[in-house]
Amino acid sequence: MTGLVAGVDVGGTFTDLVILDPATGAVRLAKVPTSLPDQSGGVLAAFAEAGADLGQMDLIVHGTTTTTNAVLERKLAKTGLITTEGFRDVLELGRRTRPQAYGMKGHFVPVIPRDLRLEVAGRMDARGRELTPLDEAAVARAALWLRDQGCESLVIHFLHAYANPAHELRAAEIAAGVWPNGYITTGHSLLSESREFERGVTAAVNASVQPLLERYVARLAKGLAARGYSRDLLVMNGNGGMVTASKVSREAVKTVMSGPASGVMAAVATGRRAGMANLLTYDMGGTSTDVAMIRGGVAPVSNEIEVEYAMPIHVPMVDVRTVGAGGGSIARVDAGGMLRVGPDSAGSSPGPVCYGRGGTQVTISDANLLLGRLPAARFGQAAAAARAAMEDQIAAPLGLTVEEAAEAVLRIANTHMAGAIRMVSISMGADPRDFALFAFGGAGPLHAVALARELAVPKVLVPARPGLTNALGCVVADLRHDFVRTLNRPLDAADMAQVQAILAGQEAEGRRLIAAEKLALRSVRAEFSADMQFIGQTHLLRIALPGPEVGREEIQRRFEAAYWARFKVELPQVRANLVNLNCSVIGARPELDLSRLIDPAGRGQAVPSGTRRVWFGGWRDVPVYWRDHLPLALDLQGPAIIEQMDTTVIVEPGCRVTSDSDGNLIVEVGHA
Amino acid sequence: MLDPVTLAVIQAGLQQVCDEMDLTFSRAAFSPVIAEADDRSDGIYSAEDGSLIAQGSKGLPVFVGVMQFSTRTLIERIRAGETAAPEPGDIYIVNDPYLGGTHLMDVRFAMPFYRDGKLFCWLSNTGHWPDTGGAVPGGFSASAISAEQEGLRLPPVKLFKRGEMDREIWQIICSNIRVSEQRIGDVKAQASALLVGAERLAGLMDRYGDAAVVEAIAEMRRLAARQMRAMLADVPEDPVKAVAIVDSDGVVNEPLTIALSLRRVGGDVVFDFTGSSAPCMGPMNSVRATTLSAVYLAVRHVFADVPISAGAFEPLQVVGIEGTFLDAHYPRPVSGCAAEVSQRIAEAVFAALVQVFPDRVTAAPAGTSGNFGLGGYDPDKGRDFVMYQISGGGYGGFAGGDGLSNGCSTIGISKAPPVEIMEQNFPVLYRRYALHEGSGGAGEHRGGFGLDYEIELLRGQARASFVMDHGRVGPQGVLGGQDGAVNRVEVMRGGVVTVPEHLSKAQDIALQPGDRVRVRTPGGGGYGDAARRDPALVAEDVRLGRYSAEEARRLFGFSG
Repeated sequence: MTGLVAGVDVGGTFTDLVILDPATGAVRLAKVPTSLPDQSGGVLAAFAEAGADLGQMDLIVHGTTTTTNAVLERKLAKTGLITTEGFRDVLELGRRTRPQAYGMKGHFVPVIPRDLRLEVAGRMDARGRELTPLDEAAVARAALWLRDQGCESLVIHFLHAYANPAHELRAAEIAAGVWPNGYITTGHSLLSESREFERGVTAAVNASVQPLLERYVARLAKGLAARGYSRDLLVMNGNGGMVTASKVSREAVKTVMSGPASGVMAAVATGRRAGMANLLTYDMGGTSTDVAMIRGGVAPVSNEIEVEYAMPIHVPMVDVRTVGAGGGSIARVDAGGMLRVGPDSAGSSPGPVCYGRGGTQVTISDANLLLGRLPAARFGQAAAAARAAMEDQIAAPLGLTVEEAAEAVLRIANTHMAGAIRMVSISMGADPRDFALFAFGGAGPLHAVALARELAVPKVLVPARPGLTNALGCVVADLRHDFVRTLNRPLDAADMAQVQAILAGQEAEGRRLIAAEKLALRSVRAEFSADMQFIGQTHLLRIALPGPEVGREEIQRRFEAAYWARFKVELPQVRANLVNLNCSVIGARPELDLSRLIDPAGRGQAVPSGTRRVWFGGWRDVPVYWRDHLPLALDLQGPAIIEQMDTTVIVEPGCRVTSDSDGNLIVEVGHA
Repeated sequence: MLDPVTLAVIQAGLQQVCDEMDLTFSRAAFSPVIAEADDRSDGIYSAEDGSLIAQGSKGLPVFVGVMQFSTRTLIERIRAGETAAPEPGDIYIVNDPYLGGTHLMDVRFAMPFYRDGKLFCWLSNTGHWPDTGGAVPGGFSASAISAEQEGLRLPPVKLFKRGEMDREIWQIICSNIRVSEQRIGDVKAQASALLVGAERLAGLMDRYGDAAVVEAIAEMRRLAARQMRAMLADVPEDPVKAVAIVDSDGVVNEPLTIALSLRRVGGDVVFDFTGSSAPCMGPMNSVRATTLSAVYLAVRHVFADVPISAGAFEPLQVVGIEGTFLDAHYPRPVSGCAAEVSQRIAEAVFAALVQVFPDRVTAAPAGTSGNFGLGGYDPDKGRDFVMYQISGGGYGGFAGGDGLSNGCSTIGISKAPPVEIMEQNFPVLYRRYALHEGSGGAGEHRGGFGLDYEIELLRGQARASFVMDHGRVGPQGVLGGQDGAVNRVEVMRGGVVTVPEHLSKAQDIALQPGDRVRVRTPGGGGYGDAARRDPALVAEDVRLGRYSAEEARRLFGFSG
């Protein structure tokens, strides 16, 4: 490869760009405000800001929140549904849940409104046998009616189509005869698994974001081409892989939640180079904190993610969990006199008191400022207001000084975050102590060391550019295709020839798709797994398989070992069930040099640029370093503050910080 | 005196111990009722009197207060020499409803936790087993008239002795319950949750010191009580009254009344149930522990902010239940207590509290578990089957908006099984799974809509049973709002439609292939006067077919 590689990621506030020269490792960066509603303006502005010549770009990989925002804000293309007689309300009834265990309230807006959900006769049974033939005339009438109502997209979703898609295929064929465009999604095509609500929502989301994504990508591609870009644009998917822009809108739903996935892919690549294969990614922003668990250098992928209350999108996505608190989480003393932090948040508007935008309730960010952990210069006059709010709302009711109160707020926030992270790791069958914390996002590096101590995590890795992690994830991402096939048979009764044929077929299809992308690759590999359970159970355990030729005894052995490792339970008397067969085919891009994300020319000696008074159980004068000036041969003892463009790293007392050859900070967490 | 930070940190730590127990239990359990529906709960209880120290936040709401009663009973029995004294590694098993329980299917484990050789506290959990024997599979017999018909009743006995399971007791249990071969998985999951809890609790105490933890527990209790009292300070000293009606007991077709009078006395709130119906013949009796727990869970739905500990319940005094069906004794049948009666008690509490806290409390939610059981023989699979369809309904309107449609029962948090999975597993075909149109109670903020489903038996033969409620009167509207629609059951046999005599309860209705059952679950109660509803919202509901134009004219004065 001769040209440059660019990763550009659109976030809620900023659009970030990383341009990397694979030949030299040279890097150019840009951060510009995100443009809304059309994100392509910000993307083009970022390239302009970096002074990039688009004619020199060999590859541009793009992470967009177009579909995520459309879903969460329900700003969707007008979409109609044709479904099985008696079942048009499936999308509205959901799975009989409420948002919280306590509090009999909730609000839910279905993806497709009730008047645009039509029913037609035609019924398969659970084995895919036709009970009632499809009413083809009714399908044609329904499609015409929905078209005339102004629907741009159409979903065809029938009961048991995973077992036999004949009715869906025929209905799609009929509808295509009258539909003015190609925006027709059938339920079974994205997800061939039982569970009508999840499959239906997945299809409905796909259909209703498809036109939006297609228009957006076309607009951006045109804008890039007009500025000289002549290659293919690639777009990030939520599974952490990327696909070519010309094909991305067909399965548009797969781009939902791709932003957090990019961050995790950057962590995988950074960790691989740093020799750290087990990482807990910790991305703390203004309103929430995202956590993912990378094991053995592999990002966790799940196909059962609910992106918000009653919004299950069951396509493979990097499993990123939101664990609550962000910088804007509000602290208060409750009616009983107990100090609480969250779950309410001041968000970014009005935001923390110290932002001076009208926020009146004390937040985590205010506590950080009052303890000197954030630079006071950045906040000006509002710091006084934060102090007064902390005094009135927390310190006085509890009989503490302002500093003690602020410290208490941080301690409780960290305790809750640590608890939530511990629960995530336990639910995935892992012990957080076996991981290093990979801290990024605006507030991640501010809390990471204290949090690591709380979790008994021995090491924290702060990457070179914590605020550009998602864009870096686009730069390093691989090509990836995931396949899931439901078998649902007792292992001892499964047809092993069929099992092997399914796995081999998935691999072949993945390799074919990747070959079609015509991109320089280091390798193409396939990973196989099975989702299993003991008969009678409902939860699934994912078991890695060695390859498509795997035998029955090998699967049984691996399942028992995994079950023992997870639950410390042996159940020789119960049979195993083989539920899903999975394959991921990954086209690995050439290894990129990430050692120049911080310009080597700027590096010097570890000399503090000054000191700041910071509270660690008492005021201390703490040296402040500018990150871009630190040498690679770094070895400092905490306490120390390391500032950089978009974040502050706090090295707590008793900890040691070094650098690796890529300029990542490695904090060894010692006792206080 | 403990500093506020250490206090909050230890509180969070104890909460995490319990959450971890909940998670371990669910993930390893076999029973779908536990694994999928989270019909279980874990907590930490005082060694002195069994009072609640901390409880998992993901536990089933109906268990919110129950285990402190069963633990207290266990402690009292040990002191009286009726139950063998604990030793390290022991785990007691108990499901006796009359010894601080719910129904027989809720099986509790209790394990002593030791520090330096001394009993420090109890760890306990409850899980709903799919079967504990008795007249009908699953235990919900709508026509039982004594406890023995409902299943195997276990007093507290040591199932694990010094870490080893007692195989003789286990064999007795297995010989008395259905599908016993899968229960070993649940027993191991339930025990391993307690072991995980013990390990985490020991770690917490090692870190902060036993003295600090003891002090924190006392302080947490004091603060929770203070917070709850502050929340309830607006309850007047003059009684606020409310009533809730149970359709019938399943045996005698007469309504049962829950009469509640609520008033503040000093810092406490007295929930007086004097005047409620006498104990009944059929299984719609409640036991004391379940009645108290129902009051607690209703209050917690309203004040979810107060952490769950004995302190939160301290200001809540429940009186006047002696001699009523809310405090039944052996051998009264009780299988309906946890699933149905508890929800009627909660409805009465909501109906009283909404008068005091109109901005916080909703109109009545559907409030029935909607249990439809179908048992029979599937000739295709060559085996017997037992199917349950548990249903949700509409929630009540509230100051901030309309009620949610098809929400889970007041006492539960489970997800409904997909129709496709039900049809895979059982010889049935769903003809319909839809919104129960017109069911939301009219109001300025209307109730949510119930579910309308219809199931046809495809092959073999089967018997249908129903344990539901709200067939006689719908969920209450409040502050001028209308009631939600009632629960309707229709059985279509050989083309003839019948309605069960008890409306919402029936047992062993024989079905042949082609016969159908249609159930329409209740809508939520309306909140405020329907005439005040925004006409645009009424028109929108009509446009979406949620109400017919005729219904909207009648209920809302719709003029379109």
